[in-house]
Amino acid sequence: MRPILMKGHERPLTFLKYNREGDLLFSCAKDHTPTVWFADNGERLGTYRGHNGAVWCCDVSRDSGLLITGSADQSVKLWSVQTGAQLYSFNFDSPAKAVDFSIGDKLAIITTDPFMGLPSTIQVKRIARDPSEQTSESVLTIKGPQGRINRAVWGPLNKTIISGGEDAVVRIWDAETGQLLKESDKETGHQKTITSLSKSADGSHFLTGSLDKSAKLWDIRTLTLIKTYVTERPVNACAISPLLDHVVMGGGQEASHVTTTDRRAGKFEAKFFHKILQEEIGGVKGHFGPINALAFNPDGRSFASGGEDGYVRLHHFDPDYFNIKM
Amino acid sequence: MAEVVSMADIEATAQRRGIDLSSVDLDSIQLPPGEDFGIKSDDDEDLHQEDPLEFEAGFGNIIMVDNLPVVPPEKFEKLEGVIRKIYSQIGVIREGGLWMPVNPETQKTLGYCFIEYNTPQEAELAREKTNGYKLDKSHIFAVNLFDDFEKYMKIPDEWTPAEIKPYTPGENLQQWLTDEKARDQFVIRAGTFTEVFWNDPRQLMPDLVYRRQYWTESFVQWSSLGTYLATVHRQGAAVWGGATTFNRLMRFAHPQVKLIDFSPGEKYLVTYSSHEPSNPRDTHRVVLNIFDVRTGKVMRDFKGNADEFATGGSGGVSGVSWPIFRWGGGREDKYFARIGKNVISVYETETFTLIDKKSLKVENVMDFTWSPTDPITALFVPELGGGNQPARVSLVQIPGKEELRQKNLFSVSDCKMYWQSNGEYLAVKVDRYTKTKKSTYTGFELFRIKERDIPIEVLELDNKNDKIVAFAWEPKGHRFAVIHGDSPRPDISFYSMRTAHHTGRVSKLATLKGKQANALYWSPAGRFIVLAGLKGFNGQLEFYNVDELETMATGEHFMATDIEWDPTGRYVATAVTSVHEMENGFHIWSFNGKLLYRIPKDHFYQFLWRPRPPSLLSAEKEEEIAKNLKKYSKKYEAEDQDVSLQLSEQDRKKRKMLQEEWDAWVSKWKQLHEEESELRVQLRDGEASDEEEEYEAKEVEVEEVLEVQEEVVAFDL
Repeated sequence: MRPILMKGHERPLTFLKYNREGDLLFSCAKDHTPTVWFADNGERLGTYRGHNGAVWCCDVSRDSGLLITGSADQSVKLWSVQTGAQLYSFNFDSPAKAVDFSIGDKLAIITTDPFMGLPSTIQVKRIARDPSEQTSESVLTIKGPQGRINRAVWGPLNKTIISGGEDAVVRIWDAETGQLLKESDKETGHQKTITSLSKSADGSHFLTGSLDKSAKLWDIRTLTLIKTYVTERPVNACAISPLLDHVVMGGGQEASHVTTTDRRAGKFEAKFFHKILQEEIGGVKGHFGPINALAFNPDGRSFASGGEDGYVRLHHFDPDYFNIKM
Repeated sequence: MAEVVSMADIEATAQRRGIDLSSVDLDSIQLPPGEDFGIKSDDDEDLHQEDPLEFEAGFGNIIMVDNLPVVPPEKFEKLEGVIRKIYSQIGVIREGGLWMPVNPETQKTLGYCFIEYNTPQEAELAREKTNGYKLDKSHIFAVNLFDDFEKYMKIPDEWTPAEIKPYTPGENLQQWLTDEKARDQFVIRAGTFTEVFWNDPRQLMPDLVYRRQYWTESFVQWSSLGTYLATVHRQGAAVWGGATTFNRLMRFAHPQVKLIDFSPGEKYLVTYSSHEPSNPRDTHRVVLNIFDVRTGKVMRDFKGNADEFATGGSGGVSGVSWPIFRWGGGREDKYFARIGKNVISVYETETFTLIDKKSLKVENVMDFTWSPTDPITALFVPELGGGNQPARVSLVQIPGKEELRQKNLFSVSDCKMYWQSNGEYLAVKVDRYTKTKKSTYTGFELFRIKERDIPIEVLELDNKNDKIVAFAWEPKGHRFAVIHGDSPRPDISFYSMRTAHHTGRVSKLATLKGKQANALYWSPAGRFIVLAGLKGFNGQLEFYNVDELETMATGEHFMATDIEWDPTGRYVATAVTSVHEMENGFHIWSFNGKLLYRIPKDHFYQFLWRPRPPSLLSAEKEEEIAKNLKKYSKKYEAEDQDVSLQLSEQDRKKRKMLQEEWDAWVSKWKQLHEEESELRVQLRDGEASDEEEEYEAKEVEVEEVLEVQEEVVAFDL
């Protein structure tokens, strides 16, 4: 089907997130204004104004009531999804990168970038039920990895935290004590910056995308490397289909090289791979810049991609897609 | 010496320091001379063992001059002055670098002296130039390198017969030709690895034969018949080969070697190096060695100024055009020649001396080429005296040096010569000035070498103002292709040296209008040609059948920089090499333009098919096979089918295994998930959780009556 082109952002997209029901799509971009859209027809529902820098990441609570956004303006903000009102702002001394609500939405992970001599951190904040009781103190602060931490998510039962970033290592931390539990192997793991990390629908495994032109599938409990998907481009974003055994990867060469090369050379396609056979299924073209963000609708019948070109493209799959035989 | 450092350690260190190894260009790293940072090179060690005097001692820059006059102290200064004058012309003598010992009893000199230069190159040059220098009748200099002194001292006074080593059979170097599946090999160089693969089109992927990291320091090259793979190192070149793996067969010491070239019969290897002069006014020094590939012996060496080797051809452009020595006389490697100022020097390989002890004198010769099969050279001499003396192309037979044919040409600006691979035809592309001399136009002079008196035919294109972009003979055939016209959409024409009724006339076969192509690649077997638009044309490919004059397929390998047919003409490789960062890797196509497989490789430098020696079958036998192709192909078709069946079977098994593996994971996860479901509910404050896993999309069909209409339908029963 023809994709729906969602114009609304003025700068490159950074992150996309569906709510649990799959009727709302939240998009973050470098233009300071997270936006919410109807996931069905791509109509814009509203924006969340208040950030003063690029917004890197967001997460929405299970009841679609609360939105959390992390921004380069050194703040993480909580919003009311419905009214667009800012409920609380966590302030840091360095840009915030990744955010993720825990199961139960009582905790949130926030990662901050290394900045002005400060190391990068992973912090856990308590999220109060009533916004008026919200405090800014951290339950836990983890330091250690070199370079930016591009993504951190909760493990099963909020017992662990999984992180990946510029040092190309996937790490599992104890969410109680902040101890490092597991580290990915240097030989078999990624060779370059991990750009994205996305969990499966049931949270049993996760996919990491890296600039080393590959994406890898890991067991979330044991950090066993299960699959590797090799592509021709650096991977900026990846996602796991909740419905079929497919994974999708997007990327392209670095933004600084885009203007010097042909659009055909860039291959700004979202590439579908068979999750089990690790074979390429096909690609969805359209963006004229690298893809920075990908997300599957929780029903697995559509997906959204966000590009360096500032567009979000909403793709509803054709019936043929569900009959692909490998 | 430091302990051996493994690659893993290096990678670990790089990781620790945050260095991205893949972004480091290892070739660009140069250790300062004489300092190895404790890094032990295995190549160094081997070389030192063989000739320990070459690089080790620090006396390479000292020479000894013998047979000087013996003089009393009052004449000492005068003699010293004379020697200094002679030797400072050659290079810079170090301060206090001239030492003439004096007999303490008689106070007279001893008749020899030592001179220390700044560099070993200068010392070498001084030895070369002044050994045998006549100071006067009774004093003829004997000059030696200090380093050689010890070597000469060691020579025993009595002759002992050389020890004869028992014969040990070597490996079968032609093993690769006996491949059951008749596959071809190729070598690629990507990153720090050099790898040799079988091209396995049935499996649609390459099959690794041998791989080695840091195999070469600059490039690799197959020998002319494919027997050896040559690598290039700081200390010299080496050749590798063998039955199953690649072993080092021979090493050719030549410090700082830059370029190498095999003779067509791969008996000889020419190596080339040039040294920066220590004095900027001097020209580059050039050293060429010709080795016998099998024995490793230097058959002849040439040393001199770069200028001497750069004359002719490029005319005025500094630097040399490689190969300097061009081999003639086909695969027998009988002759080699180089162009000099007003001369062509032709050598023969029996004695490695000039034929008739003198060069072939040709005033102002610009360029020459050998016939690929016969000892015939074609020379081009440009116009002289402002057009009074016409330009000419002449064919000269070697070793007799008699002129077989000559053609005078008028108002010529440039000539290019193209031989057909069997040496039957020679095409000379002639650029002529128009009357105003402001622009040029192009025509061809076609020589029929094998016919009596060598008839020449003049060919002009339909539109003679067209620029010629490319020209190529059909290998072993009688046709040629020309790209002519203006970019971006030039035309391509095919000509034959025969017409339907008359074998002695050129005829045009077809012209393809407006093609995006700038290069022509004939199949080595003839008949098929790839019309390619490289670089500026983004890698457009057209596979064309010249027999039927039809396009078989078109394709695109975006940004392709190189195209090479395999030696049998069955497959085509297109590659994007590391001239730019993007899209590096190679594609393999069938001869008719079907893309078989793609291999992306970062930092991709080289792709080379392994050449094959010429077929042992006679022409008649080949024709017979072509006639009865059906009979022969049956066997291979059956094999193909077997392979494809086997493949699908393997594939099925593999998929099944993968699926089973995956199912095991899933069931494990399911179990854990269920075990944890209770806890999850707690985390969610007792909310009837895990609903999302049972989430189901239901398709509800709703029927709605929009309108009811009754119609009477008539049936014809």
